[in-house]
Amino acid sequence: MTLFEKLWQAHIVREAQNEPTLLYIDLHLIHEVTSPQAFDGLREAGRRVRRPDLTFGTADHNVPTTDRSLPIADAIAAKQIETLRNNCAEFGIQLFDINSPEQGIVHVIGPELGLTQPGMTIVCGDSHTSTHGAFGALAFGIGTSEVEHVLATQCLPQNKARTMKVQTSGRLPEGVTAKDLALAIIGKIGTDGATGYVIEYAGDAVRGLTMEGRMTLCNMSIEAGARAGMVAADETTFAYMQGRRFAPKGEAWDAALKYWKTLRSDDDAVFDKVVEIDASSLEPFVTWGTNPGMVVPVSSCVPDPSDAKTLADRQAAERALEYMALSPRTNIQDIAIDRAFIGSCTNARIEDLRAAARVVKGYHINSSVSALVVPGSYDVKKEAEREGLDRIFSEAGFEWREPGCSMCLGMNPDILEPGERCASTSNRNFEGRQGRGGRTHLVSPMMAAAAAIKGHFTDVRNWEFK
Amino acid sequence: MNPFTNHTGLVVPLDRANVDTDQIIPKQFLKRIERTGFGKFLFFDWRYLADGKANADFILNQPRYRGASILVAGKNFGCGSSREHAPWALAEYGIRAVIAPSFADIFANNCFKNGMLPVTLPESTVGEIMQRTQENEGYKLTLDLNNQTIVDEIGLSVNFQVSAFQRYCLLEGLDDIGLTLRHEDSIKAYEATRKN
Repeated sequence: MTLFEKLWQAHIVREAQNEPTLLYIDLHLIHEVTSPQAFDGLREAGRRVRRPDLTFGTADHNVPTTDRSLPIADAIAAKQIETLRNNCAEFGIQLFDINSPEQGIVHVIGPELGLTQPGMTIVCGDSHTSTHGAFGALAFGIGTSEVEHVLATQCLPQNKARTMKVQTSGRLPEGVTAKDLALAIIGKIGTDGATGYVIEYAGDAVRGLTMEGRMTLCNMSIEAGARAGMVAADETTFAYMQGRRFAPKGEAWDAALKYWKTLRSDDDAVFDKVVEIDASSLEPFVTWGTNPGMVVPVSSCVPDPSDAKTLADRQAAERALEYMALSPRTNIQDIAIDRAFIGSCTNARIEDLRAAARVVKGYHINSSVSALVVPGSYDVKKEAEREGLDRIFSEAGFEWREPGCSMCLGMNPDILEPGERCASTSNRNFEGRQGRGGRTHLVSPMMAAAAAIKGHFTDVRNWEFK
Repeated sequence: MNPFTNHTGLVVPLDRANVDTDQIIPKQFLKRIERTGFGKFLFFDWRYLADGKANADFILNQPRYRGASILVAGKNFGCGSSREHAPWALAEYGIRAVIAPSFADIFANNCFKNGMLPVTLPESTVGEIMQRTQENEGYKLTLDLNNQTIVDEIGLSVNFQVSAFQRYCLLEGLDDIGLTLRHEDSIKAYEATRKN
């Protein structure tokens, strides 16, 4: 059996012919944007939350990343955050609210707190829930109606996805990160290449990733259209889990560990599809277009739409180049930037900040660039400050902010002005994603840091560290 | 939930692939805590220019497509964010069904939860429909969920696939949560096997 099959079987509440399977949900994470209408629905139907003890909330999408002792200027955002607070109080749900020490981006704090565990089914009203699959969990995003469904029943009807193995060979070279691996995969199979599939990432390169690297990889699964992405649990996973606040302890830990060790695909497991990637051949990647599949290695150039295989692809490329104000065959390393954003559930953990700080140390950002670093949680922020990373960033001219989703989607005031070009460690480069008319290029934290300093994209493999 | 049995409506062709949910409903409108009020913000950045004036070039703004209730689009429609605000915006705007060669999973699922029908047809058929829409002002389609057919007034007749269960729920306008709660015994039985 595949890991996915094992997780699926372990959570079946009810199966019936010609119906979706009813699965039990071990962990339900909520945030302020996709939950208000779900709670309203509960109230209207006179229903309670079935398992408030398995439900945890945080405010992350809408929160300002500037001084949080001040009231939120945006009245609608303030209302939405207050609504979450009221709903959690009313229904007895633990909330890591805006000024609590555990607050942060939902997919950063879940693992940090040890809420995310191997073998779990985990859902959240957010497509990057796939992040938690890094722990050998079945984790996926759901819409608000499904949030209501889980609140009311702690179950979710699901049609079984097909399985895809992404088999990596070799090791990622120096300067090439989990983010680049993720972009390479999406570039290879396309933004709908995994639609209808759950991806399991396997192979040496994946085994060699830290938990944070695996989280980055699984996070981006949705950008290939996957239902979920996962990495089988191993010693790296168990070491990360040990001692975390909500992780099992004592005898419960021993029992959990025994079970977790079974959570891997059998050697003879058959996948519906296998995609192979030679990790050792990869470079840092940079997106050039308006979806994550429009991506190339940093040493290459913006493609020429006339080389596209189909008319539709050609038109899409032309439209993307027009929006991004890029000419065909421009060298990626000749593209100048206005902004840099290091943050998001993809790349705002402590290792991401360390990697970026290593690049930044001793340098200053280019005079034409303004740059933000938004740690993924208060925990990450505190650790970074303990290590002096905040000083490295500030001295280099980066703004050091409070935790939140921030410029990944620009729901709070951190947005691009029309026409601004941004090197971003986030996960989507759709038109207007970071602000109407904003031009997003997705890269790894090291690449964003290097671009901020040079004022244009550069191959960080050649970086002169100081 | 409003049932969907059959629907005849004006078709509007959005000839783009990979239309993502950020386009369908941009993030600034997700701050609302209500389920309603999203229709006027549908495709906001495409429908309106930066100065707030209507973009005459955008297909939904063209007079011949006013009142359209069936959207035809390119592959991978609704990719990106899980925001259910996307089908809410479409439904409130008046769209009852979307036809495309493929849909993103979460978006398609969200449509079914809101009485909207996402119809998957082969790329060539979608292309044919787009062409007929562009060539025939006032072009309409009739979608019959019961028989799983789509016809127009000029000879097109195609079948479409849809999962039996989703079809049943949509035809009856069934409440998903109510259905699950019918299996309370199974849920309790499962919970009894858990450590917590």
